[in-house]
Amino acid sequence: MKMIHSLFLINCSGDIFLEKHWKSVVSQSVCDYFFEAQEKAIDVENVPPVISTPHHYLISIYRDKIFFVSVIQTEVPPLFVIEFLHRVADTFQDYFGECSETAIKDNVVIVYELLEEMLDNGFPLATESNILKELIKPPTILRSVVNSITGSSNVGDTLPTGQLSNIPWRRAGVKYTNNEAYFDVIEEIDAIIDKSGSTVFAEIQGVIDSCIKLSGMPDLSLSFMNPRLLDDVSFHPCIRFKRWESERVLSFIPPDGNFRLISYRVSSQNLVAIPVYVKHLISFKENSSSGRFDVTIGPKQNMGKTVEGVVMTVHMPKAVLNMNLTATQGSYTFDPVTKVLAWDVGKITPQKLPNLKGIVNLQSGAPKPEENPSLNIQFKIQQLAISGLKVNRLDMYGEKYKPFKGVKYITKAGKFQVRT
Amino acid sequence: MLSLPPVQKLLRPKSVVGSDVAKEVTSPVLATEAGPPTCYSALRADELRPLAAPKDEGAASTGQPPRHDDLKEMLDSNKDSLKLEAMKRIVAMIAWGKNASDLFPAVVKNVACKNIEVKKLVYVYLVRYAEEQQDLALLSISTFQRGLKDPNQLIRASALRVLSSIRVPIIVPIMMLAIKEAASDMSPYVRKTAAHAIPKLYSLDSDQKDQLIEVIEKLLADKTTLVAGSVVMAFEEVCPERIDLIHKNYRKLCNLLIDVEEWGQVVIINMLTRYARTQFLSPNQNESLLEESAEKAFYGSEEEDTKDAKAEAASLAKRKPYVMDPDHRLLLRNTKPLLQSRNAAVVMAVAQLYFHLAPKAEVGVIAKALVRLLRSHSEVQYVVLQNVATMSIKRRGMFEPYLKSFYIRSTDPTQIKILKLEVLTNLANETNISTILREFQTYIRSMDKDFVAATIQAIGRCATNIGKVRDTCLNGLVQLLSNRDELVVAESVVVIKKLLQMQPAQHSEIIKHMAKLTDNIQVPMARASILWLIGEYCEHVPKIAPDVLRKMAKSFTNEEDIVKLQVINLAAKLYLTNSKQSKLLTQYVLNLAKYDQNYDIRDRARFIRQLIVPTEKSGALNKYAKKLFLAQKPAPILESSFKDRDHFQLGSLSHLLNAKAVGYQELPDWPDEAPDPSVRNVEVPEWTKCTSREKRKDKVEKPFYSDSEGESGPTESADSEPESDSEESGSSSSSGTSSSSSEEEDEEEEEGGSEEQSEDKEGEEEEEEKRKKKKEKGGPRKASPRSVGSEEEEEAEGKKVKKAAGPQGKKGHAETSSEEASASESSSSGSDSGTEAPTVVEAKRRKVIPSSKAGPKEISLLDLDDFTPPPPQPVPSSSIISTSLVTDLEGLTLTDTSLAPALLSPAFGAVRTYELLHRMAGEGLSVEYCFSRRPFPGDPHMVAVQIQISNNTDAEVKSLRVSEPKLLAGMRIQEFPEIESLAPGDTASVVMGIDFCDSTQAANFQLCTHTRHFYVSIQPPVGELMAPVFMSENEFRKEQGKLTGMSEITEKLTLPEKCRSDHAIVQQVTSAANVGRVPCGADNEYRFAAKTVTSGSLVLITLEWREGAAAQLTVNSEKMVIGTMLVKDIIQALAQ
Repeated sequence: MKMIHSLFLINCSGDIFLEKHWKSVVSQSVCDYFFEAQEKAIDVENVPPVISTPHHYLISIYRDKIFFVSVIQTEVPPLFVIEFLHRVADTFQDYFGECSETAIKDNVVIVYELLEEMLDNGFPLATESNILKELIKPPTILRSVVNSITGSSNVGDTLPTGQLSNIPWRRAGVKYTNNEAYFDVIEEIDAIIDKSGSTVFAEIQGVIDSCIKLSGMPDLSLSFMNPRLLDDVSFHPCIRFKRWESERVLSFIPPDGNFRLISYRVSSQNLVAIPVYVKHLISFKENSSSGRFDVTIGPKQNMGKTVEGVVMTVHMPKAVLNMNLTATQGSYTFDPVTKVLAWDVGKITPQKLPNLKGIVNLQSGAPKPEENPSLNIQFKIQQLAISGLKVNRLDMYGEKYKPFKGVKYITKAGKFQVRT
Repeated sequence: MLSLPPVQKLLRPKSVVGSDVAKEVTSPVLATEAGPPTCYSALRADELRPLAAPKDEGAASTGQPPRHDDLKEMLDSNKDSLKLEAMKRIVAMIAWGKNASDLFPAVVKNVACKNIEVKKLVYVYLVRYAEEQQDLALLSISTFQRGLKDPNQLIRASALRVLSSIRVPIIVPIMMLAIKEAASDMSPYVRKTAAHAIPKLYSLDSDQKDQLIEVIEKLLADKTTLVAGSVVMAFEEVCPERIDLIHKNYRKLCNLLIDVEEWGQVVIINMLTRYARTQFLSPNQNESLLEESAEKAFYGSEEEDTKDAKAEAASLAKRKPYVMDPDHRLLLRNTKPLLQSRNAAVVMAVAQLYFHLAPKAEVGVIAKALVRLLRSHSEVQYVVLQNVATMSIKRRGMFEPYLKSFYIRSTDPTQIKILKLEVLTNLANETNISTILREFQTYIRSMDKDFVAATIQAIGRCATNIGKVRDTCLNGLVQLLSNRDELVVAESVVVIKKLLQMQPAQHSEIIKHMAKLTDNIQVPMARASILWLIGEYCEHVPKIAPDVLRKMAKSFTNEEDIVKLQVINLAAKLYLTNSKQSKLLTQYVLNLAKYDQNYDIRDRARFIRQLIVPTEKSGALNKYAKKLFLAQKPAPILESSFKDRDHFQLGSLSHLLNAKAVGYQELPDWPDEAPDPSVRNVEVPEWTKCTSREKRKDKVEKPFYSDSEGESGPTESADSEPESDSEESGSSSSSGTSSSSSEEEDEEEEEGGSEEQSEDKEGEEEEEEKRKKKKEKGGPRKASPRSVGSEEEEEAEGKKVKKAAGPQGKKGHAETSSEEASASESSSSGSDSGTEAPTVVEAKRRKVIPSSKAGPKEISLLDLDDFTPPPPQPVPSSSIISTSLVTDLEGLTLTDTSLAPALLSPAFGAVRTYELLHRMAGEGLSVEYCFSRRPFPGDPHMVAVQIQISNNTDAEVKSLRVSEPKLLAGMRIQEFPEIESLAPGDTASVVMGIDFCDSTQAANFQLCTHTRHFYVSIQPPVGELMAPVFMSENEFRKEQGKLTGMSEITEKLTLPEKCRSDHAIVQQVTSAANVGRVPCGADNEYRFAAKTVTSGSLVLITLEWREGAAAQLTVNSEKMVIGTMLVKDIIQALAQ
């Protein structure tokens, strides 16, 4: 399968700022088809990920204001390409701290070297960050200073052995003076609340992100107090599936550094406790150029924890010209171009509920908006996993030292939407 | 080069001469075609400078050929740092798509450079330009040939990699030789590189195919995971038709699969899907022959992905003549864990494998994983939803439990919204249609008009597919005709037209209504649809039709072509049915059309005139004009665009595009007769024999272990192996044990489960058995680290531990651990701090409710569960605005006054769950129930009770069922189908129906497991004994008039502050009772109506809100008991 033939990186204004070919060169003009589709889609989100052109297929993703457009010539599972492109973007993120046009341009040589290693003849070769980092060292300020003095480079000088091992996700010879293992249990509540305040749909999606800095070849097993909460789990390849099936214990030899250990869904049978409620009154008067907007957010069922980092964003209807609001707490902005209202609430104190209200100015003469906008809410609750998931213990085998272990819980709003 | 659009062709010669000049030309040309023109070129020149500054200046100043002098100098210097700097600049140029080919001689010299980074960058350059400078490229070959002999495997591999990437036909023989050599290299990594090189060489020179196939065959036999993915990729590229090469490696590939890197997994799974389609029989072929489909459906609906369900299905299959080939089973079993992969492509690959290969009953397991992918990036969602849409047509049941995951958020991109809508429509059926329609109501008000149009079409499709809601949908759509947005109206008109065609007679009102719309609607398609409708059904609207024609004749010249055609059509039809009124009009229209600019219209006019107007010349056709024009037209079928897409392999590019992509391998149909399965055997029969003997010995020692051997007996016989006879006898002897042990303890069931896993593994698995036996003698070991084949090892180990420790040991351990868990939980629930985990709090709350005799009072307290009304606060909400808001929102509901009473369940809001069996009382089994407020499918007189059973024990619970119901006279129970088994930690959800005879008496029954009986009872709150009906205000008044006197109960109440808004009242009442709202003219009056489920007696509720907090509640019902209780319940709900 000549999976991926070429890759073009395109920014939002339509400049191709990087191209890479794994086989013979495909001319940039193939991207014209992409631009055509982009124009038709109006919105960047609506560019179809797969475009068929007379001689090629274009499969693209949109990440961090960059389009990654790959050129395909033959049948290939589209998800294969999409997943790979996202992995490329993840790698850039990992290497440069951000996956932006500037970062890529500043590090164009490293980017090229990475792409060279990640694909061979259009087929993925090394995509594990641990291996790539063995092959190509990520840029750091210190290293670039050293490099400029000594003339040495950021290509690994020892030959990478990771590719040869049975544990391809871990690099060999890891050494730390402080051995630490941190686990962040992050849960997100996805919900749709209807206008009467009842829950149409709610679900908890969680991940465990790990930062593991342990010397040697540690073999870890992580157990939970209540593993049965986890309904549907997807694993990092390091996890031994059979152990999970039989004992509900996560047993693995971890990659070095940061990685996502599992992501899970809490069974939809469990009722999801919704930590906030929203009282809203949004109305547009018929035949007048104004409307009312009045929203209050309050906490509920939050297990005694503070709800913080609350932000509400609303895409107001097109007819809205401006909004004159007063917030009892936090600050709000309204962008008259994109019609996005953002209200940064901050922390909710139950004694004084944050409220935002005022007048909506409508374009005069325009018909009254049909729909009331949905409210998108973000929030954070520290030290709480809303599903009740609890890590029981972490055991380490295979190494003698005593590592420092830490677990952090956090609950956030995922796709949390209140219909009005 | 064929692919180049003309623009590029023009540019091409220039770009070869001097890239910078060409670039300047390119930008404006490109810009006119796409993208913002000015900033495009400006940005480009601007941001280029820091990257390739020196070269740019050179180009700008002179534009002469020796432009890269400085770079050449640097490359020629002795300092690595200078070379590196130069190479970096050159690579940056390549990355920009600039031509750096004139540097080739200077660069190629450095191929032997000692500095690794310089070398790497030189490789990058070489691979890019070798094709253009073939002669010079040959200079580098010797370096690589030397590298191929290096003692270090990594250097050998990288030399081969670059060598094979240089597309220079002259070196084909050298490449061939290098690949052959590398294919037998000691290092698996080098062999992997060799596999990668094969397709490269093949694309360079396809004449090498035969030789390459030999190499592929050799590499396919490789036993390392590192090579497996790459060689299968090469196989797919070079010789996908040589399926015979796979036979001997099939089992190995299946077993290695889980340890192969993720990209290789995708390729292997796709290839194996095709392989299986040619080698095995369809697992679903006997479905129609045998009448077990009902039972099968039960298994399918359960969607338990436990091994035990599979065991059941497998054993069920055993009884049929169809026997699944053990190799087929092996594939299914070994791919299933990969559904848990983090890589969406792997999950999709497994999903399509299951969809195409698994027995119907097992396909369900993929749904959960696919739904999980919907959380991923929007591109992933897009692809997954396309596939789900196709699957949901074939196997609707699979995704039904996840219906809500497809609900649409306003923030979704439009393309995702439309796909979700497609899935929702495919999933719609009689039971969930009301929920789906309610969702659709929200969507119709969206700001995204494309999405609204798609929603209207979706409603149309639901209406055609589900007769029950056709009228509701139609009425909803008719209301949309008064929408302000023209596109919405137009789309509705088109859909209504299609719907009306199905039953025109009853809808002359709607046709009249639409006729009026011709004055306002401007969208041509909608106008045309209306005209067609009026013409087609002009007999139903005899008075209006000629008038419409009159109006249209007036505006004829200004209409769009498509409208004009329909005007002619209408005129013709009217002329035939009502010539007295329309003769002149028709003549007029035809005359206008005769001189139209569009020849289609002129043709049509001429043709129709000949046909309908009798003249001397017009012959026989005239007689048949009526038949021609007024023939019955078949109603259009609104169907999904995803129908029959599954003839493309799911997950493929071709499926996504719904067109065959280049290089697509057709998914073959199942063979009618299975090809010889023995081709996959790799072992010599000698040792198989001896293991079979050992197995029999095993049987004597461990009776239930032998069970599975017996099961595998007949399947192995299909393999026509020499020992099949002895196996057969084994199976007959063990069949007795298996049947007698069906009611054994859990421990054994677990054993059986894991046995089933190994059941059809054979061949090299049998070797495992041998090892297992050996291990049994040894002491317990620690878990072995994951390695190649660790999977089998671990599995074997699990068995071994169980057997060695015996049931009591294992059980003891399990018990202590569960005790610990429960102890910690009870201690935490004991402390009253508010910082408990939510589940504990939840559990606590449930404990408060008495399990059996929960009266309505306690129950209503639970309203807090999901929706806590905010504490009263000084939000000045003037009632005028709030009511207008509500009426605004309600204006679009799909049901309205004009509808005949129809059943619809407005089960929105929190559904209260009640406890049936606490987990302490149930010894770990906890059961909850709720009233789903959906019509019970089997019997309209029953209340549907949704029951959720979770197994919190460590053991599996078998044969869960309802027995010995103790009911009052007249009450009936429809038990849920028996749950064969419930694995530890799992939860099953079933629906049972109870006919409470319109009384609030509890239904008592026993809940039985294979070991225990629990006495439980379900007592319905009075509000659940009814189902909503919709009626108009007049009907309501009329019915209310009949139910006065004794049947009327009135109570005064005061509304608490938080209940003084419209929606709070409606919410509270509908949560207290399953009633439907009746529209009402007065502002301060709320009406609801319902019918009791059993006898169908009307229950009418009126709530009058007077000044301030005072209100009056009236319930009219001939069932006085129900009325009295309902009043109490509603007041309770409103007052809380």
